[in-house]
Amino acid sequence: MAQSITTLTSANFDETIGSSDTPILVDFWAEWCGPCKAIAPVLAEIATEQAGNITIAKLNVDDYGDIAMRFNVMSIPTLIVFNKGEAAKRLVGAVGKGKLLQELAEFLPNSR
Amino acid sequence: MSTVRNTIIIGSGPAGLTAAIYTARASLAPLVIEGEPSSTSDQPGGQLMLTTEVENFPGFPEGIMGPELMMNFRSQAERFGAEFITEKVTKVDFSSRPFKVWIRDTEYSANSIIVATGAQSLMLDLPRETELIGHGVSTCATCDGFFFRGHEIAVVGGGDSAVEEAMFLTKFASKVHLIVRRDTLRASRIMQDRALTNEKIQIHWNSRVSELQGEQSLSGVTLTDTNDNSTRPLAVTGLFIAIGHKPNTAIFQSVLNMEDTGYLLTRDGSTYTDIEGIFACGDVQDHTYRQAITAAGSGCMAALDCERWLEHQH
Repeated sequence: MAQSITTLTSANFDETIGSSDTPILVDFWAEWCGPCKAIAPVLAEIATEQAGNITIAKLNVDDYGDIAMRFNVMSIPTLIVFNKGEAAKRLVGAVGKGKLLQELAEFLPNSR
Repeated sequence: MSTVRNTIIIGSGPAGLTAAIYTARASLAPLVIEGEPSSTSDQPGGQLMLTTEVENFPGFPEGIMGPELMMNFRSQAERFGAEFITEKVTKVDFSSRPFKVWIRDTEYSANSIIVATGAQSLMLDLPRETELIGHGVSTCATCDGFFFRGHEIAVVGGGDSAVEEAMFLTKFASKVHLIVRRDTLRASRIMQDRALTNEKIQIHWNSRVSELQGEQSLSGVTLTDTNDNSTRPLAVTGLFIAIGHKPNTAIFQSVLNMEDTGYLLTRDGSTYTDIEGIFACGDVQDHTYRQAITAAGSGCMAALDCERWLEHQH
């Protein structure tokens, strides 16, 4: 299940965001963040269930602080949805699966 | 109709998970509705999920990380057959037996319920506070401290958790201002000593935060002196709030007996609530001790009270 989540780095961030055919949700996270760990299984489930509709990616802020800074991330987990290369939605803080799917509804075709 | 279970445990901090371990070992096959992820302490695992090192939980002479301790509690309950749902209870009906609880449209029923929903941190209730969460205002020092490397920041509160957060944040911040409403700290002696001797911590006595400044992100706060109401600015880019807790009892309003402050009332020396078959344990009914170990202790009491009560229901 974990393979369906894209790991972002400084090297592939811009290209991945820019060339994605689907909206892409980036999870800014770190090893030491409890709430980040709590939402990891939720994101893994969504990645599997919504494969083809939305791409789930994660960026470790410990390793790539420069990218976190570029998007003014000051709290994690922060989830940013990029649509056609632009940051379209930003969610700060951990949420449950139901709430997250509601927030993502506008980016998902079949979830009316 | 759903199957009627022996017991449902609502909440999964030290109290709920201890109740789960005990009821599972007593072959009651408990269902634990553990809550859903959040960045407040209202989440699976409870308040310890937002802490780092826990130094006072017996059995761990070198200390243990809060989230790791809660993972251990959970796997211990799972080992004896406790079942988990990672959702929040949205509604309860305790007016007849079996008792019913709902997660949105899904109904679950049980002959007994153990309430262990805990407490979550209070906010300052200031204009723009919610908008600035994630942009300088934080309820989770362990999540966000990292982003304030080299910054001047402030912690509001005078209890153990405030001092603990201030201490933790000195690892990152160039300076930590501790904003205390009174002229003393409520924190335990050992924590007080640590705060008072830490060169990076400056304590502002008799002060409260009365205003938040900053457009995109926090740039400063206004402090009001609690004695003479004079105000002064304090330039900080981070504000961590640790001013106390409120019990998570919204779904039990006008269902269970509670104090004006929302804490559930239990019969002296037990975990019985005013409804027979409903038990309450942990911080949701305790504003005095509020420790992981006392919550765990009362979770054990609730499991035993529940088990004995169920035995007499034939």
